[in-house]
Amino acid sequence: MTIWLAQHGAALRLALTRLAAAPLNTLLSLLAIGIALALPAGGQMLLGNGMQLARNATPQPQLSVFMVPGADSKATAAVADHLRHHPQVRSVEALAKEDTLARMKSSGGLKDVIEVLGRNPFPDAFVVTPGKDDVETMESLATEFRQLAKVGHVQLDSDWVRRLNALLKLGRTGVGLLTLLLGAGLVAITFNIIRLQVVTMRAEMELSRLLGATDDFIRRPFLYYGSVLGVAGGIFALGLVAAAAASLNEPLTELTSLYGLPLDFAGLPATDAGLLLLLAAGLGWSGAALSLQQYLRD
Amino acid sequence: MIRFDRVSKRYPPGIDALSNISFEIDAGARVVIEGHSGAGKSTILKLIAAIERPTGGAVLLSGQNVGALKRQAIPYLRRNIGLVFQDQKLLFDRNAFENVMLPLSIAGFPPREAAQRVRAALDKVGLLAREKALPIALSGGEQQRLAIARAVVGRPNLLLADEPTAHLDDETAADVARIFTEFHQVGVTVVIATYDTRLFPDARRIRLDHGRHVERSAA
Ligand SMILES: Nc1ncnc2c1ncn2[C@@H]1O[C@H](COP(=O)(O)OP(=O)(O)O)[C@@H](O)[C@H]1O
Ligand SMILES: [Mg+2]
Repeated sequence: MTIWLAQHGAALRLALTRLAAAPLNTLLSLLAIGIALALPAGGQMLLGNGMQLARNATPQPQLSVFMVPGADSKATAAVADHLRHHPQVRSVEALAKEDTLARMKSSGGLKDVIEVLGRNPFPDAFVVTPGKDDVETMESLATEFRQLAKVGHVQLDSDWVRRLNALLKLGRTGVGLLTLLLGAGLVAITFNIIRLQVVTMRAEMELSRLLGATDDFIRRPFLYYGSVLGVAGGIFALGLVAAAAASLNEPLTELTSLYGLPLDFAGLPATDAGLLLLLAAGLGWSGAALSLQQYLRD
Repeated sequence: MIRFDRVSKRYPPGIDALSNISFEIDAGARVVIEGHSGAGKSTILKLIAAIERPTGGAVLLSGQNVGALKRQAIPYLRRNIGLVFQDQKLLFDRNAFENVMLPLSIAGFPPREAAQRVRAALDKVGLLAREKALPIALSGGEQQRLAIARAVVGRPNLLLADEPTAHLDDETAADVARIFTEFHQVGVTVVIATYDTRLFPDARRIRLDHGRHVERSAA
């Protein structure tokens, strides 16, 4: 066990020594890996803020159900009854057309227009809060309510949130693809770095095998090298993302407040950052392993 | 300890380096494998250390069929063999101490005990004072002694040396030969490949000629 620890410690030390021995190379590698990781990490951060925005903007998504103009009170009562007893509806607020008319009259500009019309142009309406607020439930409820007798129009009052959600879904797919692509890029980067190292260290590796080194012994420092490079690149990426967050914070908060939307711009959460470092270590390790497999095969 | 049983080795594309070689070497023996350049001396040593596999026959080391060893088992075989290579294979970016340390790091020795062993090995070949020197700063004879120190630091019971006195002047060669004799005296089996027939006059000799074992004439 202590020998095992000592061997791993030695391999890690060797990896760090090799990194420090070529500082310019190391720096450029870190730059490449850092940027490759910063893109999906930055995307993830923006996505997180978008999701926060979508959440805050709709505390309670609702459906507005309008009766056809001139629907009689019996039809309205039937619809009200249906809505109130629907299992997927949490609450129903009825807006009688008389109340609406009164409210509209009291709100300035519309008063004259309404008086010209001479009759009540507003239909009876209901504001429905469903039990679940996912898009599918909302849609199916809207479709169902549209078919009720004398219902003229059903509106999802959170259409723009739905659009934002669709956009976020797209964004998530995008970030996923980006992660996949740039993750593969990271594997390719470490693969090549290690391959070059193997070329320069071939004599030493050959000698080690002749002196009784196992494949693991030869592989180990390179694997550490790959993962240290990955983690260091990941830290660099997190730095880039934090810098981006700092410079985006003010303009974004200002922009969203212009739309009356509360946004508390947040950087990448700690779990995501940890995940990123883990991923970077794993990818660096894999790149190195692939590279060595090629060498150790013969 | 070592048994060659009708061993042949053919390198691609069809060079017969060894043909039907049989011999036996007892534990504790000192044996010189001699022959002209290209006779197959190095090949014999490589077969013993599983660096090459025979294309015919069997090479046995302590009863183990070396040529049939699994890839994963070969490192452990090599840790019990001290190897002095024809081209020495010193690492020129490591100092003398680090070069000798390499086999012990590979075998996973605890660092403190390893350092003691390295110094003991360097002392035995008279290089203790030069432990910080890079190989490039050492003379030819010193480099050869360094290679020997690296071969013996793991305290193998078998020492294989390929042309250990090549490119050395007579005095230095005698010096190196004396070191091998000392190891032999403490019980190490020593097998030396050399074209230099004057070396180790009292050792048992296996003579090769174009890959064939020739019985030693009375010369
Ligand atoms: N890896 C190899 N590939 C092809 N031929 C080889 C190889 N190694 C040695 N040979 C050939 O095998 C013969 C014996 O070589 P070797 O054992 O090195 O002889 P020695 O050590 O006695 O000079 C020579 O003809 C040499 O050219
Ligand atoms: Mg030779």
